[in-house]
Amino acid sequence: MDNMTITNAKYNTSRTTNKNCSINCVADGEHVSVPLDPANRHYAEILRQVDAGTLTIEDAD
Amino acid sequence: MSRARENANISPAAGRNMVINSAMNVAQRATSVTGLGATTGYFTCDRWRLGGGDSSGRLTMTQTADGPNGISANCIKLDCTTADTSIAAGEYLQVQQRFEGFNLQRLGSGVAGAKQTTVSFYVKANAAFTFGCELENVDNSRQITKLFAVTTDWNRIELTFPADVDDGSSPYDDDNANGLKLSFWLHAGATYTGGTLNSSSWANTTNANRAAGIDSFYSSTDNNFFITGVQMEVGPVATELEQELISTTLQKCYRYFQKTIGGSDTYKHFGHYFCAVDSGGGDTAYGTVGIPLETTMRAIPTLVTTGTVGNYSVYAKNANHQCTTLSIDTGHDDGTIRGHFYLNAYAGGGGVGTGTAGAVRANNNANAFIAVDAEL
Repeated sequence: MDNMTITNAKYNTSRTTNKNCSINCVADGEHVSVPLDPANRHYAEILRQVDAGTLTIEDAD
Repeated sequence: MSRARENANISPAAGRNMVINSAMNVAQRATSVTGLGATTGYFTCDRWRLGGGDSSGRLTMTQTADGPNGISANCIKLDCTTADTSIAAGEYLQVQQRFEGFNLQRLGSGVAGAKQTTVSFYVKANAAFTFGCELENVDNSRQITKLFAVTTDWNRIELTFPADVDDGSSPYDDDNANGLKLSFWLHAGATYTGGTLNSSSWANTTNANRAAGIDSFYSSTDNNFFITGVQMEVGPVATELEQELISTTLQKCYRYFQKTIGGSDTYKHFGHYFCAVDSGGGDTAYGTVGIPLETTMRAIPTLVTTGTVGNYSVYAKNANHQCTTLSIDTGHDDGTIRGHFYLNAYAGGGGVGTGTAGAVRANNNANAFIAVDAEL
């Protein structure tokens, strides 16, 4: 139950901190930018799919 | 002793309804969405999640001005647009609200002191159906489901669930995570219906016992289902639906979702002016924009946009520079979102330059919006 379809995942880097600050992707057809917060449902699902080997996150430009 | 007074001995008279947007009056995302059923998510009325999977059945979900008189002007309407009479095992369809642990402590769970819970709601349909209402304790993987009958007239259903005591599990976690699901089961395959309905007491979750005995919303394209006035309260009786001001409902919804749309203002500004911090070699502008929030959100939210970055622009030096990337920036935040969130905006167009003031706005587009989603 409750699987989310996530595609086109790519990190964003903050120019001010030079660290990854979010992930842009398409989640169930919705274009979203996901914060790196485990309490965020989109990020939790991204982590789950990465752990399962079904999703890869592209590095930031 | 009146019924309201009986429950008031246990829960406060005001604020006793734990359901948010119970009267379906707030729909920030949309008022009607077609073709649903393949995926789960939040589509129309705030806080109300449509769960579905594996079925070829499809529906239109609408916030409809057809609520029961004296209760609410609005309700959620589900209209079956594609039937599915060949039900595979893993199929299901639910209308659901999720509750964070901070708001569940009044219920107790698993140990002495846990309390009964009463769920009440108004429903009708195009014909007679039997559907299921489930409480699912996510923290301890326990659940209980009660069946209810739907007719062609508005009826109030009142279901009292027993306290979950002395099973050895724990109280709900006192945190911002999903602790409890209130689900209305409208369609399910054998994975969820193949056993014996667990209806008399809480039990460790066995999928086959969660929805046994329900009818299928997807049995015909004639089918529709209406629901509103949902109340979940502590105690053994269903008190009158707690009415609240729209401003109160909106404020509760904002903890989970906030949306600003351009509409008739096709150059709508989103958030504060910012200072471009990097000219990116002269062909791009970049800045971090603080966008005010209506209230503290449950967690750091997901940024939602139209998906067409050209619908947005950076306005600087009296010129429009079409955006190339928008993203949420959690690099500045301490892990909680208070006051505002940060948005990184990149835009093309030379000449903006480091130190230039700019603003993110709609790029002559009525549909451009900025939304943040911290739903469970």
